[in-house]
Amino acid sequence: MNYRAILAIYQFEMNRTKRTIFQSVVSPVISTALYFVVFGAAIGSQISEVEGISYGAFIVPGLTMLSILTQSISNASFGIYFPRFTGTIYEVMSAPVSFIEIVIGYVGAAATKAVLVGSIILITATFFVDLRIEHPVWMVAFLLLTAITFSLFGFIIGIWSANFEQLQFVPLLVVTPLAFLGGSFYSINMLPEFWQKVTLLNPAVYLISGFRWSFYGQADVNVLLSFGMTFVFLGICLVLIRRIFKSGYRLRA
Amino acid sequence: MAPAIAIKDLSKTYETGFEALKRVNLDIERGELFALLGPNGAGKTTLISIVCGLIKATGGTVKVEGHDIVTDYRAARSLIGLVPQELTTEAFETVRATVSFSRGLFGLKKDPAHVENVLRQLSLWDKRDNKIITLSGGMKRRVLIAKALAHEPRVLFLDEPTAGVDVELRRDMWEIVRGLRESGVTIILTTHYIEEAEEMADRVGVINNGEIILVEEKSELMQKLGRKRLILQLGSTISAIPDGLASYDLELSGQGDELVYTYDTHGGRTGITNLMNDLRDSGLRLKDLQTKQDSLEKIFVDLVHKD
Ligand SMILES: Nc1ncnc2c1ncn2[C@@H]1O[C@H](COP(=O)(O)OP(=O)(O)OP(=O)(O)O)[C@@H](O)[C@H]1O
Ligand SMILES: [Mg+2]
Repeated sequence: MNYRAILAIYQFEMNRTKRTIFQSVVSPVISTALYFVVFGAAIGSQISEVEGISYGAFIVPGLTMLSILTQSISNASFGIYFPRFTGTIYEVMSAPVSFIEIVIGYVGAAATKAVLVGSIILITATFFVDLRIEHPVWMVAFLLLTAITFSLFGFIIGIWSANFEQLQFVPLLVVTPLAFLGGSFYSINMLPEFWQKVTLLNPAVYLISGFRWSFYGQADVNVLLSFGMTFVFLGICLVLIRRIFKSGYRLRA
Repeated sequence: MAPAIAIKDLSKTYETGFEALKRVNLDIERGELFALLGPNGAGKTTLISIVCGLIKATGGTVKVEGHDIVTDYRAARSLIGLVPQELTTEAFETVRATVSFSRGLFGLKKDPAHVENVLRQLSLWDKRDNKIITLSGGMKRRVLIAKALAHEPRVLFLDEPTAGVDVELRRDMWEIVRGLRESGVTIILTTHYIEEAEEMADRVGVINNGEIILVEEKSELMQKLGRKRLILQLGSTISAIPDGLASYDLELSGQGDELVYTYDTHGGRTGITNLMNDLRDSGLRLKDLQTKQDSLEKIFVDLVHKD
């Protein structure tokens, strides 16, 4: 293992985050605060409790998850796409670094940043609502697992994308809708029966439900199923990464 | 001892179906300065990119000091430094940070002293804390060289390092390259400035259409292929070459007061003695004479356009 190379890539990416601290950290916090104000305070005050939890508190896990998903994907996809675009990737490709090491460096940094943003959002939330975390260990496990899985997914998107449009396409047109419709703002029990079934096809449901369970002990789907599904996504991403690695897809002509 | 670079039957067909390299064979000795010449699109960058691991060969093998670039890529790549043809740098990193990053990528311990040394050599020390985006093109080129030297490579590839670089910077660069060569680093460079190869290289390779068409010691190459010209300055002007000299490869130039005789140096007989005799018999008076050797550039152009 070339640990120094992993560290070099990781630090490089974290420095990039530091340079763009405003876009990286401040903007997700502001947008989340806006959600709290609009949904939690304004609309939430009109909504009775959901499953015994105040609406403002109910949406916190979903909102956090939403941020983690979008942050992981955008950080990781941009992190690898940009050097491909500018050509600076040549140096990483010509260094004595294995593909696994490259992945650990880039994905590790993207996941770190996503976890940071997620934590900041949770802290921000405590200013607006009463948070309680019943299963902190599970909470951290879900947080980390989701950040890593979707950073891997973002990395794949960053390698697959041939232009900036494609880079934006998946996060904007697939992930955000799935996360919104995955029960960030409602319990799926509130849906008509038919849509409850359809919704189970949405992977985000499992992430959000499991994450919310770690806070309030209530879940839309069984927590083990949530955890299992997260691992399934992780597995799929790892298989895809392995394929890219084997073929040199879009990295080595 | 295995050569610095051993290339065997190396082929590359791009996805477009274009055959950029056709069974290239080439050995580069340790410590030599090898100049790879060839017109645009000949396959120079393709060749370098394969050795450095940027693209995959479709056939053949490459070994760097005995290490296969595929099966033993870590050992092979650790030995290599690459200065790419394109000016591809980070934008917002500082000079020092980007050079230290390169060292880390190659798995080496931090060494501020070495980094400082490299930056000083390249006159970048004053700019160490500047963002790369604020540097001029020539300075960025230096940054790329500094990055390539950050991990103390034993084999250095310079892909047209002096393209778009002013005379002074070019001089500096060659100073550095000379210094590296003296310290035992193997250097492979491509260039379109043939006088550079002529001045610096130990050996010259010419590639055209994906094939190595010639590899030769530079001095031998110039001797073997070099045609010399004997320039005869006449005491008076003439309007045509006299009949008595018609059998020689002569050309009338200047204001009609100069005869240029082209001859092969490696032919046993140059014909100069006979020419001189016939010249005297024709009644022409000589004012001065000089000889000129073809430059590498002329040799190169002749070679590439032969077919
Ligand atoms: N990714 C690619 N896909 C298809 N063809 C390519 C690709 N890269 C290079 N080529 C072709 O391969 C040939 C060799 O290109 P290469 O860049 O190796 O030339 P070169 O000798 O470095 O030229 P130059 O002096 O212009 O730098 C060219 O005809 C080029 O068009
Ligand atoms: Mg080239």
